[in-house]
Amino acid sequence: MNNQILKDENDRVDGVYKVTGKAKYFAEYELPGLTYGVLVTSTITKGKILSLDTKAAEKAPGVISVLSHLNKPSAPAYEQEGGPAMKIFYTDKIFFNGQPIAIVVANTFERATYAASLVKATYAKEEFNTDFEKAVNDTESKKLQGQPDYKRGVENAYKTAEVVVEQKYHLPIETHNPMELHGIIADWHPNNQVTVYAKTQGVKATQGTIANVFKIPIENIQVKSEFVGGGFGMALRTWPLEIATVMASKHIGKPVKIMITRMQMFTMVGNRPAAIQTIGLGANKDGTLTGITHRAFGETSVYENFTEGVVNMAKFMYQCDNVNTQYTVVPVDLGVPIWMRGPGEATGAFALESAIDEMAHALNMDPLEFRIKNDPERDQQRNKPFSDKNIKEAYRVGSQKIGWSERKNKPGSLVDGQLKTGYGVSIGVFNANRGRASVKGTLKADGSLILQSATSDIGPGTGTGMTLIASKLLGIPVNKIKFELGDSSLPPAPSQGGSATLSTVGSAVNDVCVSLKSTIAELAANSNMDATSNFIDVLKKNNLPSIEVTKQSQAGKERDDYSMYSFSIHFVKVKVHSLTGVVKVDKIVSVGDSGTIVSPKTARSQMVGGAVGGVGMALTEESILDHRYGRYINNNFADYHVPVNADIPEIEVHFINKPDPYINPMGAKGMGEIALIGFSAAVANAVFNATGKRIRTLPITPDKILATS
Amino acid sequence: MINFQYLRTTSVKSAIALLLKDKNSKFIAGGTNLIDLMKRGVSAPEKLIDINHVPLKQIELVGNNIVIGALASNTAVAENALIKDKLPLLAMALNAGASAQLRNVATVGGNMMQRTRCGYFYDTEMPCNKRQPGSGCGAVGGFNRMHAIFGTSDKCIAVHPSDMCIALVALDAVVVLANSKGERKISFKDFHRLAGDTPQLDNNLKADEMIIRLEIPVNNLAKNSHYLKVRDRASYAFALVSVAAGMEISNNKITDIRLAMGGVAHKPWRLTASENFLKGKKATIENFEQAAKLAMADAKGYGENNFKLQMAPNTIIEALNVAKSKA
Repeated sequence: MNNQILKDENDRVDGVYKVTGKAKYFAEYELPGLTYGVLVTSTITKGKILSLDTKAAEKAPGVISVLSHLNKPSAPAYEQEGGPAMKIFYTDKIFFNGQPIAIVVANTFERATYAASLVKATYAKEEFNTDFEKAVNDTESKKLQGQPDYKRGVENAYKTAEVVVEQKYHLPIETHNPMELHGIIADWHPNNQVTVYAKTQGVKATQGTIANVFKIPIENIQVKSEFVGGGFGMALRTWPLEIATVMASKHIGKPVKIMITRMQMFTMVGNRPAAIQTIGLGANKDGTLTGITHRAFGETSVYENFTEGVVNMAKFMYQCDNVNTQYTVVPVDLGVPIWMRGPGEATGAFALESAIDEMAHALNMDPLEFRIKNDPERDQQRNKPFSDKNIKEAYRVGSQKIGWSERKNKPGSLVDGQLKTGYGVSIGVFNANRGRASVKGTLKADGSLILQSATSDIGPGTGTGMTLIASKLLGIPVNKIKFELGDSSLPPAPSQGGSATLSTVGSAVNDVCVSLKSTIAELAANSNMDATSNFIDVLKKNNLPSIEVTKQSQAGKERDDYSMYSFSIHFVKVKVHSLTGVVKVDKIVSVGDSGTIVSPKTARSQMVGGAVGGVGMALTEESILDHRYGRYINNNFADYHVPVNADIPEIEVHFINKPDPYINPMGAKGMGEIALIGFSAAVANAVFNATGKRIRTLPITPDKILATS
Repeated sequence: MINFQYLRTTSVKSAIALLLKDKNSKFIAGGTNLIDLMKRGVSAPEKLIDINHVPLKQIELVGNNIVIGALASNTAVAENALIKDKLPLLAMALNAGASAQLRNVATVGGNMMQRTRCGYFYDTEMPCNKRQPGSGCGAVGGFNRMHAIFGTSDKCIAVHPSDMCIALVALDAVVVLANSKGERKISFKDFHRLAGDTPQLDNNLKADEMIIRLEIPVNNLAKNSHYLKVRDRASYAFALVSVAAGMEISNNKITDIRLAMGGVAHKPWRLTASENFLKGKKATIENFEQAAKLAMADAKGYGENNFKLQMAPNTIIEALNVAKSKA
C-alpha cells in the first residue's frame, strides 16, 4: 500500500484505498476463464429430496455444469463415514429452508441465475419446528447442556434475599448483514493446486478446511483475502457453499466464483442465535448483592451444535458470594448459528445488565451507584486478581460526559410535551485474549520496513495498528512501513475473532521490531558505529540491502496469574415519544477500558461501530420467520432494519488508555466485542428511566412501547 | 435472469402504441420497484418500455392548479420552490419516503404504481393472492405486523406503501391519464383500489393507459400542514402508520381540513368522517381526540398489527397537534 498519501500518522493505512475503490475484495478478482456459480436452495424446511430435475438447467444457455447430491462431485473426506451431518452434495437430507441443494455453473452470472431457477426438486416433507420459543417451552423437545453448570456458594440464593428481582429476557435471531455479500472464488489447477480468493476472517482456517475436505496437502492451497467488507463473525468458518464452489472448480477445471444473495445471507451463513434468559438477583436493602442466578436457553441447529458464552459475565462481573449459571441449547430446524459481534456475551449482558438496573430501581438506588458498590476487586470466579481494571474511573468519565447528574432516579420525571427523556448505563466485558502468531519483518536499507503475517482485516484496521506499533518501536515513519496480511502463504496467525488480533499479532510485531533493533545495534557495534546510528547507515556500512527476522509470539505464565478482561461502559440518553412510541437515541457516550490505545482513530471507529450495532440490537434488528413455512419474511435490507444515519446521534468515545501491565508488551487489549457488549441494555435501561416501561424483549420497537403499561 | 426486450421512446403517443403492441410489456421509469420485482421473479415482462425521455417532468402553476408531470423525480418535486411554498405537505411526504438515492430516480408516476412490500408477495414460494390469485393470503394468520387495518378482505391485507400518495389523496389531486383515444381524468382517491376479491389489481389504470400528470388545486393549507410517519427506523423504512394533516385555521376555527393515513390500507386512506367532524370546530386537543376516535370506527386488527389500533389514532392526534402549532 502506498502510504505517501497519509495526512496524519494515525490515519488508516488503507483508508484511501477503501474510499477510492482501489481496495480489491474477493469478488473483484477477474481470473481468465472465470465462471459463475449460483446456488439452488431447498424450499422445504425438513425432509428428503425425492427427485431433482436438472435437465432444463443443463440445456440453458451458457451452463457448464450442475452439481448436486446426484453426481456427488469429488470431496474425499465426504466419501468417508463421520464428519459433519450436513455434507453438501453428499446428502439428500434437508435440515433447513434455504439449504443449498445444487450449484449451477455458467459463463455469466445472469445465465447461472436463470438456469438455477429451472432446477426443480420434489421432496418428502417432514414435520418441523423453527420456533425457538416453542421449542424451549415444549417439555418434549430436545435440550442439550451448552456449558457445564456453574455454582459458587449457595444455589439460587437470590430467592431468600431481602430484595428479589427475577425476570425473563428474550432476544430474537439477528443476522450479521455485513455490506459485502458472502462468497468465494476457487481456482483448482492441475496437480491439485488450489488458489482461493475468499471472504474470510481467517485465511489459515479456510486453507485448513479445504485441505481437510479435499484431502490435499495444506501447502497446495493458497487463500487470499486482503480486504473484507465486514464480517462480524459470519466469516469465521468455511461454509458449505464455499466447499461447493471448490468442488465445482475441481469438477469443471475452471475458476468458479460464487457470491450469494442478500436473501441467502439469512439462511446459510449463520446468525446470532435467539435466546431466552432468566436472571434472579438478590440484594440486601443496603444494595449489597447476595445472589445471582443466570439461566439461559440458546438456539442451535439440529444438524450441528453451536454454543457461546451467554452466561459468562454473571460469574465474575459483580462482587457476590452466591452465583449459579446454567446454559442450555435447544435445536430448531434452521441453519446453524455462528458468533455475531460481542457474541454470547452481548446476549447475556442484555439480560444481566437489564436485571441489575431493575434491582437498582427496586432498591431505589442510582444504578451507577449500585454498580460501583458491587464492583469486585478480584475475580471471584477464577480467584485471581484482575490484570488491569479501571471501571470506577470509566464510570466517572462517562457519567460526567453524558450529563448523568441531569438524570432523575424516578422514571418518567423528565417530560417535555410528548417527549420523555431518560438515561441508561450498562457495562460490557470480554475476555482479553492473546493467541499465538508469527510475523516476518524485513528492514531495508532504503529506510522501509515490511511486516508480514497471515492475519486478516475485516474492518478494524489491523494494518494501521500493526504499523503504529512498529513505528513507535523503531522510529520509522508510518509511510515507510508496509504491513501485509490476508494471504495464507505468509507466516501463520489465527483468525480475526474474539478481539484478539491486536494483542496476538501485535505482540509478534513487537518481538520482530525488538529483534531487528538489537540486530542493528549489534551490527553497529561490530562495525565501530555509534550505538544510536540510523539503521539505514548501519545496513549500508555493512553492505546489507536488508535484514529479516521471523518471530512467533504467544502468552506465557501471566495468564495463569491474572484474570484478563477488556471493559466498556455505555451511557445512553433517549427521548421516547408518548403517542407514537418511537425511541430516539439522543446521545451516546462509550468508555473503553482496554489497556493502551495503540491506534486512536481505528479504536474510536471500533467503538462507534459497536454503538451503531448496539442501537440496532436494541431498537431495530430482528430476523423474522413464518414458522408455518420455516422461511424468513424480512430477508432484505429494506425490511431487516439496521440503523441508518438518521437513527444515530452524537457518539462520544473515551478511553482510559492505561497499559495493562501483564497482557502483552504493548499493554493493549482487544475492543471489538466490548464496543457492542452491554449496549442494548443501556438503551433498554434509558427507555425505562424515560417512561417507566421495562421492555425485556428486543428489539424495542414502537409497538412494544405502546403496548407496555 | 429471464431475458427481456428493452425499448426506449420519447413521446406519450409512441409509448402507448408500444404498450398496446404487446400484452406482456411494462413501462419503466426509475425502476426502483420494478427491477426488484423482476429480480425476485414476481414480475417477468417480455418488454420494458423506457419512458424516461418522454417530456413529462414539468412542475408549474397553471391557473388554479399545480401541475406535476408524471416523470418528475421525487427529489425534483420535493425540492421545488413552488411545491415547498404551496404544497409543503407533499414535499414532507416525499422526503419521508425511501432514501435520497431512490428519490433521485423514482418518479411521481412510478411512485403511484409501486406494489406492496408485503413479504409474502415477494417470496414466490409463499401463498399470495395478489401475486397469484387463488393461492391464499400468507399474511392472514402469518406475519402481519406491517399490514392493513382498514378496508381489508380475507383475500389480502397488504398495504399500499407510498408516502407521496397519502399527501396527494389529502390534497384532492386529480390524475390525468392518456390513452390511445385521448385523455381521461380520475380523482386521486379513486385511482387506487381496495383489495376486495381482486387483490391482484392495485389501481384502476387500464391496460392501454399511461399516467401523464397530476393536477392539484391550490389551497390554504400550507401553513398548518404536517406529514407524520411512524416507522421502525428514522429513514428508509416503510410506515407502520403515517398521517397527512392539513388545516386552514382562522380565529382558531378549522375552516378547511384534510386528513389521510398511510400504512393502514390497500390504498391511501382518506379520513372523511374525521374531516367532517373537525370542519367548523375549534382546533383543540379534545376535538383532535374525537376526530381520531371517529377515524378508527371500522378498524380491524389481524394479530401482530393490533398495535396500529392504538398507534393510528395517536398519530392522527400528534399530526394535527404539530400541524396546528406551526407558526
